[in-house]
Amino acid sequence: MIKTDILIIGAGPTGLFAVFEAGLLQLKCHLIDALAQPGGQCSEIYPKKPIYDIPGFPEVLAGDLVSNLMEQIKPFQPGFTLGERAEHIEKLEDGSFIVTTNKGTRHHAPIVAIAGGLGSFEPRKPLLTNLSKYEDHGVAYMIKDPEHYRNKRVVISGGGDSALDWSIFLADVASEITLVHRRNEFRGALDSVEKVQLLKNKGKINLITPAEVVALHGGDHLIAVTIGKIGQEDEQVLETDYFIPLFGLSPKLGPIADWGLEIEKNAIKVDNSLDYQTNIPGIYAIGDVNSYPGKLKLILCGFHEATLMCQSAYQRIYPDKKYVMKYTTVGGIQGFDGSIKEAPKAVVKAIE
Amino acid sequence: MNDIKIFITDREGLRHEVDAPTDMNMNLMEVVRSYELAPEGTIGICGGMAMCASCQCYVLSDHPLPEKSDEEEAMLAEAFFVEDNSRLGCQIRITENLNGLEVALAPES
Repeated sequence: MIKTDILIIGAGPTGLFAVFEAGLLQLKCHLIDALAQPGGQCSEIYPKKPIYDIPGFPEVLAGDLVSNLMEQIKPFQPGFTLGERAEHIEKLEDGSFIVTTNKGTRHHAPIVAIAGGLGSFEPRKPLLTNLSKYEDHGVAYMIKDPEHYRNKRVVISGGGDSALDWSIFLADVASEITLVHRRNEFRGALDSVEKVQLLKNKGKINLITPAEVVALHGGDHLIAVTIGKIGQEDEQVLETDYFIPLFGLSPKLGPIADWGLEIEKNAIKVDNSLDYQTNIPGIYAIGDVNSYPGKLKLILCGFHEATLMCQSAYQRIYPDKKYVMKYTTVGGIQGFDGSIKEAPKAVVKAIE
Repeated sequence: MNDIKIFITDREGLRHEVDAPTDMNMNLMEVVRSYELAPEGTIGICGGMAMCASCQCYVLSDHPLPEKSDEEEAMLAEAFFVEDNSRLGCQIRITENLNGLEVALAPES
């Protein structure tokens, strides 16, 4: 069981910054995220896109904002449960919570802060009959362990970075790799596109474009797919052990919607007059996942909400302790790792 | 302020006539959101960067539309329920020559 002071669900910019504000109050944080890396949408959807409305940054790439936040919160040693989705919550008699992920990892904390953005990212599934029948029986939407595909035949479809990168990686692992895409053009890093071209020329990747997988065949396990050329009549049946459609991810509120929280417009209602607490005391919702009159889904609003949430969480954990907010310029930063950051002392010296 | 009329059929099949401003640098996806013609969180997920296809719509009138950018083409190539008249709403800026535009929202995927 993982124990912490504030359990943050969602490791996007709002969740990450909450670690900093909690750290200033000497509260420890642990984050759960369905994605394999921190940063949420900033890392998953638009890492190379500039953001212009982060105060103090005339322009910052979304990916750089995440790296900066990770650097900023490093002294406060946040824990991470990545690649797992928060599934179930249980309120104990003492008012604290146990949150369990889809993989069974259990987390115990007096405070839960949901910073889940638009929800957890789920793979977008192509519209094929029988698709769900072959899930875990030849069809996968993400590659968790590449070794699983050693000396197997694999068909990947998709035209983005993940389709390209995994085709490149599996070219050396799988016995046969076929990449199917609806267009001749791919949307990925130039480097990846060139590598696939090279591997195709060497005969290590079987590239079929413009085409799409139109049917799946097999018994209990997938044994073949039908690939249709776009704009043409002819179809070919290709024997394969695995079919991995990589069409990106789309966010779904998911199990959080069943936690007894008040939901409106696919978001969690909070008390914006005070501390962004939900209808369940001890559970807060901050950032894009919450809803209140006048709500704006902006990163900078999430930062503000995270800050107020932490003050309220502190009072909830230590109801009898007196505390006033301190400026970092005055109080500096005492990391849990022993590191200390503080403003240099001014020199007081006579000029003769 | 110059408003134009746009006809939008939502995902339930209901047709709406809406006024869209041409002077607010708005795109079609934002117009749909401002009138709440699709539930929040199901449209404009990437914010309008042509990176998610949640604002896909079918253009039903023959208004002159801006050419698709490479990003839009690429995204539509990975989207579902795509037809010849599919466009990403976020890539269609509201301009005066779109007065009377008729579109239908593509299903959520």
